[in-house]
Amino acid sequence: MQRMETGLRTETITVNMGPQHPSTHGVFRMIVTLDGETIVDLEPVMGYLHRCQEKIGERNTYLQNIPYTDRLDYICSMSNNMAYVMAVEKLAQIEVPERAEYIRIIMVELTRIVNHMLAIGALLNDLGCFFTPMLYGLRERERILDLFEMASGSRMMCNYMRFGGVRYDLPPSFMAELKSVVAALPAFIDEFERLLTENEIVLVRCRGVGVLPPEKAIAYSCTGPLLRASGVDYDIRKVDSYSIYERFDFDVPLGRNGDVYDRYLVRIGEMRQSLRILEQAIEGIPEGEISVKLPRVFKPPEGDVYHRIESPKGELGFYLVSDGSTNPYRYKIRSPTFINLTVLPELCKGHKVADVVAILGSIDIVLGEVDR
Amino acid sequence: MSKEIYERLAKEFPESSLDYLEGKDPAISVNADDLFEMALHLKEKEGYDYLSAVTGVDYPDRFEVVYHLYSMRERKEPLILKVSASKEEPEVASVTPIWPGANFQEREVYDLVGIRFAGHPKLTRILLWEGYEGHPLRKDFPIEGHRAIGQEEPS
Amino acid sequence: MAFLNDLFVNLSKWLSSFLAQFLPTWAVELIMMLLTIVSLIIFVLVTIMFINWLERKTVGRFQDRYGPNRVGPLGILQFVADAIKMFTKEDITPANADRAIFNLAPVIVVVPTFLVLAVLPFGRGMVAADLNIGFLYIVAVSSLTTIAILLAGWGSRNKYSLLGGMRVVAQMISYEVPMVLSALGVIMLTGSLSLVSIVEGQSRVPFILLQPLGFLIYFISAVAEVNRAPFDLPEAESEIIAGYHTEYSGMKYAMFLLAEYINAFIVSSIAATLFLGGWQGPLLPPYLWFILKAYGIYFLLMWLRFTLPRLRIDQLMGLAWKFLVPLALVNLLVMGLVMTLTQGRGLITLVLASLVANGLIVAAVVTIYGFAKWRRKTMRVAT
Repeated sequence: MQRMETGLRTETITVNMGPQHPSTHGVFRMIVTLDGETIVDLEPVMGYLHRCQEKIGERNTYLQNIPYTDRLDYICSMSNNMAYVMAVEKLAQIEVPERAEYIRIIMVELTRIVNHMLAIGALLNDLGCFFTPMLYGLRERERILDLFEMASGSRMMCNYMRFGGVRYDLPPSFMAELKSVVAALPAFIDEFERLLTENEIVLVRCRGVGVLPPEKAIAYSCTGPLLRASGVDYDIRKVDSYSIYERFDFDVPLGRNGDVYDRYLVRIGEMRQSLRILEQAIEGIPEGEISVKLPRVFKPPEGDVYHRIESPKGELGFYLVSDGSTNPYRYKIRSPTFINLTVLPELCKGHKVADVVAILGSIDIVLGEVDR
Repeated sequence: MSKEIYERLAKEFPESSLDYLEGKDPAISVNADDLFEMALHLKEKEGYDYLSAVTGVDYPDRFEVVYHLYSMRERKEPLILKVSASKEEPEVASVTPIWPGANFQEREVYDLVGIRFAGHPKLTRILLWEGYEGHPLRKDFPIEGHRAIGQEEPS
Repeated sequence: MAFLNDLFVNLSKWLSSFLAQFLPTWAVELIMMLLTIVSLIIFVLVTIMFINWLERKTVGRFQDRYGPNRVGPLGILQFVADAIKMFTKEDITPANADRAIFNLAPVIVVVPTFLVLAVLPFGRGMVAADLNIGFLYIVAVSSLTTIAILLAGWGSRNKYSLLGGMRVVAQMISYEVPMVLSALGVIMLTGSLSLVSIVEGQSRVPFILLQPLGFLIYFISAVAEVNRAPFDLPEAESEIIAGYHTEYSGMKYAMFLLAEYINAFIVSSIAATLFLGGWQGPLLPPYLWFILKAYGIYFLLMWLRFTLPRLRIDQLMGLAWKFLVPLALVNLLVMGLVMTLTQGRGLITLVLASLVANGLIVAAVVTIYGFAKWRRKTMRVAT
């Protein structure tokens, strides 16, 4: 209740953006307190998709956990695989052959492109473009999913990486198809940009909305495009380089203001940089082994490790505690979108109701990862 | 993480009992009482401004909270803090006032492992619903769960 | 050719003379009136079937997919399937809704669309009622939709529907002003409010050449009037404050949808009448020209809908009051000036002068806008 100078008493109303969301983000609930049209407070309520993967991880053996990681962020299954597999390799000190590293990088960068296409499509869909940009993105995504199917047998839940390498070698037609996809994508990104980047309505809806200052971003443990759009130059591929990323030459796009528009631009920039990495990987991929022979009963030594990678949504980390047996003692997933959501109330305060959807779309959440 | 930072901390906080734990990811084990000042010192003086992960682990003899700290501005090596809490009354000081990003993570640890965080602005369950009994990630919680949704309450 | 051109006119003349043989004059008049009304209603129903199909196929093509193609050849019977679905849906009324108003609203919302049809000239001599206040009648009657929407929002007894309904009403009232102001330019040119004389006044040159800016303003306001993208925020799905038609289901919801599509078509036919010359055109029969022009403008409406994101409500209102209304007033002023200065100097002078004048206004607007943009800080991504 507030008192204005005229003596009118106004009340705040509470609106529920219920778990059934019109926007395509999944079962996520927000309790919004409004004063007229302006947001006073916002409380995210999650857990509708909670499957307690961490407990299941303790029941499974290390190898059995790999398909479960596919289902975390179900759009980027390859990067989830990679994070987990690299954590276990760090724990058991397994060396990965060259060819497998290159294959992994190719898959992860393709995943990054897929994810950003969907994220931008979903954001624009929420802004009201009636699915058109999203369907354009999905059309290109189909080609990349065909590549995944060629390599791993499955479009989305790939279950492709193993400790010490990958499961199957690339089929002979893969490289040719990959080359044609990589050749066609820059034109698609240009078409996308031409349609949307200078569009007046997109600018007016996104510029200055949901501004995140860099100090706040760091304090709230934000990672990924959300952090880089605020201008903080922190990309784990560069800072804490893992796998063979030092061999590749790529830039890290940064934003300047940290608003929704900058996050959109950062994602477009990252797609282009992924294409650069892919071109270099295609050129440099050697022949050779694709995995390492491991004992049938895999028991890593005792100890605990934390390994993190730059997944398309942010910093995806796995903290594994091993007690020397076949199952992990503690299997913890550091989920980027779950932690990025901490800053959602801060971003939305003071904005209008119509901006909530845009801001949520720009954070780019996937409920499988938020709730695990 | 080298022993350097451990030695600096030991010099800064002579009364608290710090321990350097070897391993693939070396860690510093801290007393629960000293956690808050040490965390404040680490953020402000040492420049560890980014708290990456807060994990709760249920060991046979104790609960443990593990903090993974990084420095975004200065690109230092990672720092891992381990804090133990007793099995009967697991309580640890909350670092949310220092690193606001710990907010949801501490709620998750409270929800799933059952460790309370003193000083947290709003310590409620986050992934499971209010009124849920038990903490699933504890080792004494059965893998099948103690009650399926829709089943009768045990009388 | 002449036979085809005057097909419907001759048909009605033949019918009335046939009936006059054995019926008194008043009965013949009554029957002809009823037949006109019935044929207009049939026209509306056929149009909506066609529009629904056209819209879904077009959105499919815009999005690089087929659109409906299972039900009937090329998916033509899709509307029939949807209609059957609508009819068989359960009709839910909220428990504490205001029954009378709740049930009345969908009826009232459809009525103005039919009423407007009465003054549209579909072809030479094919107008149901040649009112000499034609355009004023259209503006007055289409405001009834606003009342119906408010009734829908109020009758739902749901504060969010009421808020959504009020937003729509605010939007529709705001955009009526530039719509009427831009049409005033056309009325100035002909000196008459009657749509028939407006069409006949375009026998040599369509008014879009004389008033391109007026057409643009009218078009934008019309899109906002009928709540189509990019101005469909009040009824968009991803908005948490639900639209005024949330509580409606089944036939009543179908009525709102019907009203929206027909309104869009009506507004494109009015634009075709005012600016594109109505049924004027060589070779083809006049009614065919009318249909083609109306659908041409409707295609533009669809194009906008599937391409652009939507504006927020405050940006919407700002556009109407801060941009369109002043622009429409300037347009009116300049047109009046041009008309007075080129009085009696022939048509070509008028056309050239008005094109030049419109070009000057556009140049002025672009300069002001470009200046404002240049002063905005450039915010590009640094790589």
